[in-house]
Amino acid sequence: MSPTWVQLAYLVAALCFVLALKGLSTPKYARAGNLLGAAGMALAVVTAYVDGAVHNGPLILVAVVAGVAVGIPAARSVKMTAIPQMVALFNGVGGAAAALVALTEFLAVPHGSVLFQVATVLTVLIGSVSFSGSVVTFLKLQEVMTTRPVLLPAGQFLGIGVAAVSALLALSVVLTGNSALLVLLALAGLALGVLFVLPVGGADVPIAISLLNAFTGLAVAASGYVLANTLLIVSGTLVGASGTILTRLMAQAMGRPLTNILFGAFQTTTATAATEEQRTVRSGTVEDVAILLGYAHSVLVVPGYGLAVAQGQHAARELAQVLEQRGITVHYGIHPVAGRMPGHMNVLLAEADVPYEHLKELDDVNPGIGSVDVVLVVGANDVVNPGARDEPSSPIYGMPIFDVDRAKAVVFMKRSMRPGFAGVDNSLLYNPKTTMLFGDAKESLTKLLAAVKQV
Amino acid sequence: MIDLLTIFVLAVFVGFEVVSKVSTILHTPLMSGANAIHGVILVGAILITGRAEHALEVTLGLLAVFLATVNVVGGFVVTDRMLEMFKGHKGGKPVKSATNGHKEVGE
Repeated sequence: MSPTWVQLAYLVAALCFVLALKGLSTPKYARAGNLLGAAGMALAVVTAYVDGAVHNGPLILVAVVAGVAVGIPAARSVKMTAIPQMVALFNGVGGAAAALVALTEFLAVPHGSVLFQVATVLTVLIGSVSFSGSVVTFLKLQEVMTTRPVLLPAGQFLGIGVAAVSALLALSVVLTGNSALLVLLALAGLALGVLFVLPVGGADVPIAISLLNAFTGLAVAASGYVLANTLLIVSGTLVGASGTILTRLMAQAMGRPLTNILFGAFQTTTATAATEEQRTVRSGTVEDVAILLGYAHSVLVVPGYGLAVAQGQHAARELAQVLEQRGITVHYGIHPVAGRMPGHMNVLLAEADVPYEHLKELDDVNPGIGSVDVVLVVGANDVVNPGARDEPSSPIYGMPIFDVDRAKAVVFMKRSMRPGFAGVDNSLLYNPKTTMLFGDAKESLTKLLAAVKQV
Repeated sequence: MIDLLTIFVLAVFVGFEVVSKVSTILHTPLMSGANAIHGVILVGAILITGRAEHALEVTLGLLAVFLATVNVVGGFVVTDRMLEMFKGHKGGKPVKSATNGHKEVGE
């Protein structure tokens, strides 16, 4: 057992983490909460170092410095649009670290109590799943690989098979204490993580990240049993539990049960082969749209990831200001899952100084949307897709959307007819009320700004 | 052992309770903040490396220390950057967003 002062320091750190999570769920205290969490972490790490780094102290310091040297520049240089994949990566390395900790302890003490053995296999398995799963979500969000659900032939059976093998390996490790089997278990866990995330596609990927985040928390909690360390148990469990709730809340924001998101791809394979007939699309010029906007009374801007990627937020804000000077009311409709993660769009627009009071949520916008003269959809696709409301066969069916098809006119700013992140065709593009304005969001907005000034 | 189990069960309830009400705006920062907190595995990584004697154990332990540090530091810094975007909007008046000069957190 560690000395009392160590236990006390860990208690204070655990308390900091509880308060950090509490703070992070309230806008007012979020930043303070995060800083408090960091302070608790600093206390815990210094305590562990002073108390536990009996051997290899200098080497540990070198490894910490290397981690800081990699982590800080990565975290500071990442663009706000790429935050989701960065979070996925940080989660992945955390999972890997947990698996390594349990593996190393097992190499040193191969035959412990049953509880110790069980905790070890759980840590290694969950940590590996979290690591490889996070890497796949990173690749998806970075668009290195396709963002659509990937269905391997017989993928479901493969998944069940690997899970069964993992369970067998886990059992044999507990019984035999064989470290080679533990390494095999880690490999099985890596395969399992990949198989788990591959079928998750499109806007559901962030939910998978959140779940993997909770997994890493559980792996850390399990490692707390391996090392008989209460701080690891408390903090890991906190993250595991809060992460599970958060995952559920995110799934609710998408309007679908979690099981549907994780395993939905297996069920809806028959869909998507919808009507491929020639449907007409009305494409307009910048001048047409400027006139439409200039004589409107109310305009709703629905921004999406495309706007943020094109760095068009500032142009959008200027356009809104010019319109307001003409006495037109302008609001932004922010969908809970606009961007790549729930709440991501709020972060992106805040970065561009869009006035907070102009941002409206779904429930504030939809009831009065029929009286909106022009909806300007900029780089968003899935969050205005009427299929989510009308077509039960659509993969995004059930997700709440802006009912922009009920507004008087819609202008759709888009690079091409290519479907959005979820890879689903959008019937709104073919709606007679819709005018398409093709091109880069920022360029189009800048041209539109000039044209509106002429009207 | 029962002590550890007690702690676990209580922590589950605390975890559920602290985030039971959170607006969608904060989903991403909260996820990222929780992500930073599970980087506490760094404590475990330091402890095992501190008592490791064989080269293999030391190597694996140091790798764990490195990865956990990336998790901790990166997690807190990214979360802070995100939350910094919100700070100007509390009073309703936007403040010029500062993409440079934010404070470093972590260790």
